[in-house]
Amino acid sequence: MFPRPIEQASPAAQLAYKIALPAALILWLLPLLGVAMTSVRPASDLAQGNYFGWPSALAFDNYISVFRDSNIAQYMLNSFKVTIPTVIGCLILSTMTGFALAIYKFRSNLLIFFLFVAGNFVPFQILMVPVRDLTLNLGLYNTSAGLALFHIAFQTGFCTLFMRNFIKALPFELIEAARVEGVTEVRIFWYIVLPLMRPAIAALSVLVFTFIWNDFFWATVLTTSAETQPVTAGLSSLNGQWIAAWHLVSAGSIIAAMPPVLMFFAMQKHFIAGLTLGAVK
Amino acid sequence: MTAYWKANQRRLAPWLFLAPGLIMFAVYVVIPIFQSMAISFYDWDGLGEAEWIGTANYVELFDDDAFYTSLVNNVLWLGLFLLAVPAGLMIAIFLNQTVWGMRAYKSLFFFPFVISQVVVGLMFAWFYAPNFGLLYQLIEWTTGAQVAILADERYVTYGIIVAGLWPQIAYVMILYLTGLNNVAPDQIEAARLDGAKGWRMLWYVIIPQLRPATFIAVVVTVIGALRSFDLVSIMTNGGPYGSSRVLSFYMYEQALSEYGYRMGYGAAIAVVLFAIMMVFISGFIWKMWRDETER
Repeated sequence: MFPRPIEQASPAAQLAYKIALPAALILWLLPLLGVAMTSVRPASDLAQGNYFGWPSALAFDNYISVFRDSNIAQYMLNSFKVTIPTVIGCLILSTMTGFALAIYKFRSNLLIFFLFVAGNFVPFQILMVPVRDLTLNLGLYNTSAGLALFHIAFQTGFCTLFMRNFIKALPFELIEAARVEGVTEVRIFWYIVLPLMRPAIAALSVLVFTFIWNDFFWATVLTTSAETQPVTAGLSSLNGQWIAAWHLVSAGSIIAAMPPVLMFFAMQKHFIAGLTLGAVK
Repeated sequence: MTAYWKANQRRLAPWLFLAPGLIMFAVYVVIPIFQSMAISFYDWDGLGEAEWIGTANYVELFDDDAFYTSLVNNVLWLGLFLLAVPAGLMIAIFLNQTVWGMRAYKSLFFFPFVISQVVVGLMFAWFYAPNFGLLYQLIEWTTGAQVAILADERYVTYGIIVAGLWPQIAYVMILYLTGLNNVAPDQIEAARLDGAKGWRMLWYVIIPQLRPATFIAVVVTVIGALRSFDLVSIMTNGGPYGSSRVLSFYMYEQALSEYGYRMGYGAAIAVVLFAIMMVFISGFIWKMWRDETER
C-alpha cells in the first residue's frame, strides 16, 4: 500500500495525521459550510453585519419562505420530469447498443463505438443552434419532453461506452453455450445478458441522474418559463430576483442540491464504481 | 420471412439492437455538428431567411477583441484546470489510509463533485462577495487591500477557475483513490527493499502504475475546462466588461442572449471551439483505438 500505513508511523505522526484530517476537511468544505450556515441565519443578522458569527437564532423559516415565496417547488418537479425519463430512456437505448457492440463482430463495430465516444466529448455549443431549431420544429420547445429527448440522445454516448465495456468483460462462453443450445439472439439479450447487467444499470442510473439534474446549459437553451424550467435554471433566475438576500439564495441552493446528494449517499458504491470505470486496468 | 430471419439473425441482430440508439444519437448529436458548420457560413437571426455570406463570419472573428479575450481565457482555463490532476493525486495520497472513519472522509472530500455547478458558482460568489465575503475579509485582514475578485478584470477569471477546480479536484481524487487501491503491493514491497521511499517511490513506482487513472483524469479535466459555461454564466455573466468570457459563453451570448440572435456568428465561434476540442478528442480516441486493437 502507498503511502505506508499511518499505523506504522511514530505516535507523534499518527496524532498529527488525526488532527490534520478533520482540519483539512473543514478547510475543503468551507464554502459549503458557509452557505449551510447562511441558510439558517435570520435576515436580521445579515442586516446587522453578522455574516460569520454564530447565528443569533436558527431561522429554518428561510426554507419555508423559499418554498412559499418562490417557484422552487415547481422547478424541482420540472427537474424530476426531465431527469427520470432521461435515466430510463438512455438505459434502454444503451443496454441495446452496448450489447450490440460488445457481442457481435462486424466491420463497422469499432467505428460506431468511437462515434459514440467522440460524440460524448463535443462542446455543447456546436449542437446548440440545430438542436434548438429541431426542438422548435417538433413543437417541443419549452417542454420537459423536448429537453429529455435531447438528454437521452446525448447521454446514450457515454452510457454506450460504459455498457459496452461492461458486457465485454462478461464471460463470452455463456453466450456461446446459449447459441449452441439454439437460443435466439433476442432471448440471449433478455434472459442471459440483461440480468448480469444489474450493477452497470445501477451505476449508470445514479450517474445520469446526477448529470441531468445538474445540467444548466440545455435547461437555459431549451426551456424558458417557470412552468418548465429545471431547478438549475430556476435557481439562476431566482438569484437575479434575490439580490443580496443571501439567506434565501443559500437555502434555495441547498434545496436544489439535495436530490443528487441524497442519491449519492444512498448509492455511493455504485456511483463511484461508475465514475471510476477504466481508472484501473 | 421467418426462414430468412432464422438464417441471418446473427448478422441482423446487431443492427436491430443498435438502431434506436444510433438514430437518436445521429439526429441529436452527429448531424447537428455538420448543420452548425453549414450555419456558420450564413447570416441568420434564427427566424427569418438565412443569407449566405461565405466566410464573412470567420473574417469578422479575426478582428473581434471579445473573441480573443475568450480565447485567451480558454487557454488560461485549460492550463490552470490541469492543476486538478496533481492536486487530486495529492489529496488521494493523503486520504489513502485505513484509520477509523476513512470512508466517510473520502465521501465528504468527494462531495463537491455531486453538487450542481450552479450551486458551486453561487457558493463561491458568496465566498468572494465584496465587503462581507469570507475571502474578501481574509485578504483585507492580511494585506489591508480591498479586492472584489469578481468585479476586478485582473482576477475575475482566476476566481472562477478556482471555483471550477473545487469539484474537479474531487473528481480526480476519486479516480486516483481507485487507482491507488489497485497498485500491485508486491512491487511496492520490492521497491521498499531496494530502499525507495517518498518522492522517488511515488515517481518511479506509483505514478507509472497509475497511468490508466491519469489518462482518464486528463481527459475529463481537458474536456471540463473547455466546456466551462455554467460558472461563468452564474458568477459574472461574462463581466466585468466581458473580461471573464470564454468561447462557450461568448457563443451563447452571440446566438441567444439579449445582445441579439446572431446564429451564424455564434455557430462560427462554436466551430472554432469544436476545432480546438477535436485536437484533444482525436488524441484520446487515437490512444483508445490503439488499446482496443492491440488486445
